Amino acid sequence: MEIEERAGLYIYSDTQLDKEEGERIEALKASSQQPLPDPDRWLDEELRRHILLTSVDAVLNWARRSSLWPVVCFPACCAFEFITTAASRFDISRFGMEIIRGSPRQADLMITAGTLTWKMAPQVRRIYDQMAEPKWVIAMGACAISGGIFASSYSVVPGYSRIIPVDVYVPGCPPRPEALLYGIRLMQDKIAKRSIITED
Amino acid sequence: MTVALSGGEIAARLEERFPGSVVESGQDSLLVKSESLRAAAGFLKTAPGLEFDYLTAITGVDYYDYFEVVYQLTSIRHNHSLVVKARCYGRGNPALPSVVSLWQGADFQEREIYDLMGIRFEGHPNLKRIVLWDGFTGYPLRKDYLQW
Repeated sequence: MEIEERAGLYIYSDTQLDKEEGERIEALKASSQQPLPDPDRWLDEELRRHILLTSVDAVLNWARRSSLWPVVCFPACCAFEFITTAASRFDISRFGMEIIRGSPRQADLMITAGTLTWKMAPQVRRIYDQMAEPKWVIAMGACAISGGIFASSYSVVPGYSRIIPVDVYVPGCPPRPEALLYGIRLMQDKIAKRSIITED
Repeated sequence: MTVALSGGEIAARLEERFPGSVVESGQDSLLVKSESLRAAAGFLKTAPGLEFDYLTAITGVDYYDYFEVVYQLTSIRHNHSLVVKARCYGRGNPALPSVVSLWQGADFQEREIYDLMGIRFEGHPNLKRIVLWDGFTGYPLRKDYLQW
């Protein structure tokens, strides 16, 4: 169905904005039909890892994993489990993560807590792109892993790995705070194995 | 407690004012002709003793043979409510008159019904998709919508 153009209401045309937004979403959807590979290729590269610089790696990785700052990316209900994890009872500041940044420029970990729709996907991709390297992603909950119960929906992204590379998957609907803490520990173990000579 | 008015009593008043506007009426709802929906809604909003000044919700229903749009009206002044329905036939380009000029709250709800069920509301000031993005094909809340 054709939609009539409304002229002269605003200085810009919101019809034009809608059109551009729709094109952006369609383009992202078309280019995200397959999941991105998980960034763990370097985990197997034992030989290259042991050549040199191990102590530099150890210090660097210790510093990186000990103060992961998560960025706010909470589109749905898993956010409440994350909030519980951050609050006093479970207290992720024990892992150096008490500062949850509102700005992706100051963060190096994205905990994707919730269902993602295609309409929101370009914005999440943009937040990820704005984070400074090195950066990691924890997919929290069934929706973040595979789309969950909405996996076959017309509007839901079937897993964050379609648009951003995911390092650790935390299953659950939603995951208990203990599960998220375990996922964070796995994330830290993974960072500990990283070597600067194998970084892309 | 809000009193739910009987559709039959209101139908008698509507018939008196606009003959032939009511298709059927029952205990809990009243079905008006789509051509006279706008006039009937205006009457229900302003008629003394009725004064439905608040539109609680609009719902679209797909019955395969036709689409039905359900208007839940409430009068804050008299503390009573009424359910009005209208039907539109044909899956190609179903249309109904818009009630945005009577109740501002209809704006987003009519856009949502247009977005998800593809019912066109004639006279809506800004009828375009609201939940899904521009360029999405199909109307996903229709019963015959299949994406795979």
